[in-house]
Amino acid sequence: MSKQFELSVDRMTCDGRGLCAELLPELIRLDDWGYPILTPGPIPEHLIPLAQRAVEDCPVLAIAMRRTQHKK
Amino acid sequence: MMTRLLGTADAMSPLPKVGSEIIEAIERSRLVGRGGAGFPVATKWRAVAQRSRGDAVIVVNGAEGEPQSKKDRVLMSERPHLVLDGAFIAARVLRARAVILYIGERHDAARNAMLRALSARPESERRLVTTSAAPARYVAGAEAAAVHFLNEGIATPTNVPPYPFERGVGAAPTLVQNVETLAHIASLARTGQAPQTTLVTLAGAVKRPGVLEVEAHATIGDSVLRAGGAIEAPRAILVGGYFGSWVEPEHAWNLPLDADSLRRHGLGLGCGVIGVLPASRCPVCDTAGIMRYLAGESSAQCGPCFFGLRALADACTRVAERGTNPEDIKRLQRWAGEVRGRGACRHPDGAVMFLSSSLHVFAQEFAAHRAHNMSRSA
Repeated sequence: MSKQFELSVDRMTCDGRGLCAELLPELIRLDDWGYPILTPGPIPEHLIPLAQRAVEDCPVLAIAMRRTQHKK
Repeated sequence: MMTRLLGTADAMSPLPKVGSEIIEAIERSRLVGRGGAGFPVATKWRAVAQRSRGDAVIVVNGAEGEPQSKKDRVLMSERPHLVLDGAFIAARVLRARAVILYIGERHDAARNAMLRALSARPESERRLVTTSAAPARYVAGAEAAAVHFLNEGIATPTNVPPYPFERGVGAAPTLVQNVETLAHIASLARTGQAPQTTLVTLAGAVKRPGVLEVEAHATIGDSVLRAGGAIEAPRAILVGGYFGSWVEPEHAWNLPLDADSLRRHGLGLGCGVIGVLPASRCPVCDTAGIMRYLAGESSAQCGPCFFGLRALADACTRVAERGTNPEDIKRLQRWAGEVRGRGACRHPDGAVMFLSSSLHVFAQEFAAHRAHNMSRSA
């Protein structure tokens, strides 16, 4: 088992400010109305610090990073 | 002998003495919820049973917010005691302190029949029951929306988890169960036989639209014939209501209605609506009308649902009113893919699943649509 992290967004809290997509364009893009579309799956290790930043800087705290267990 | 829900006298008799072994019987019967989501019933009952400390709540879900569906209302009107039997069996097995009849605010005949039946029940059952009128909105019958309404008076979905079985009405473990599902459980408890029929509502271009009880292995064609047949050549069949899918008639005709067969074809019976679209109606205009309805039924809580469904409905309407254009067709396809899975509830998913089936089955009509007067569509 290895520790992995995944992004999620609380759709009710998110108001489409779009900061997350600016901070982490590798994994987050915006739809035509400004709401984030997340790349599914585990966050590549080298992007974890940037993902952490996107989580912390969301003005409405709608993004979360969760640990997932992937059986190897 | 076949046990039936409709067309049988609705007598009250003492509840069969069943305990938690009924959950195993439900599991063996592979009963899935008949409200639309098709969730395995035994799984839900176990989840509530594990958490109940004698404080569970049973919500008898007769909201029936799907515009074309009538089967829950007909069942509550014709077999109120059977539905109540199912509710009180649930209350006993799950050790509930309360049973809430959650019935659509406009379903007067159904509510009156249920209340009349309730007044004949023993005091030990009656004292558990309160009633609540479900708002006439599409999402009001969704589990989390029902719990939200009963707790706070707002019939909109909430984030899950916590699921109702974890933290529902008054924070207690809560079973929200469709009335047809409860009726099936009651007849299973009485006869020991797994339910072999299902209720469907035939809508659109059939001779006798309305509710039918069909055998699980019956095909869509059988049920259309039992409704008197199509009044003209069908262009497509809508299987499962507004969260369902359009199917070409020749493909639909021989499809059995049981959950497993439909799933193998990527379909679901949903709330049991089978809609027959006649060849004389314009599928593009009808799709636009239904998409506008579903966009209007968004709870406006999640951006991708609120803005996305509205944009999809607008694009469909542009194609319908002004004629086809390749940009809108491309947008519809892209947005339908992007909106899926991006709401707190399944409303956007259901709407784009319906739209995707329209774009697929009516690809030619969408590609070559000429401007229409929208006043003739739904």
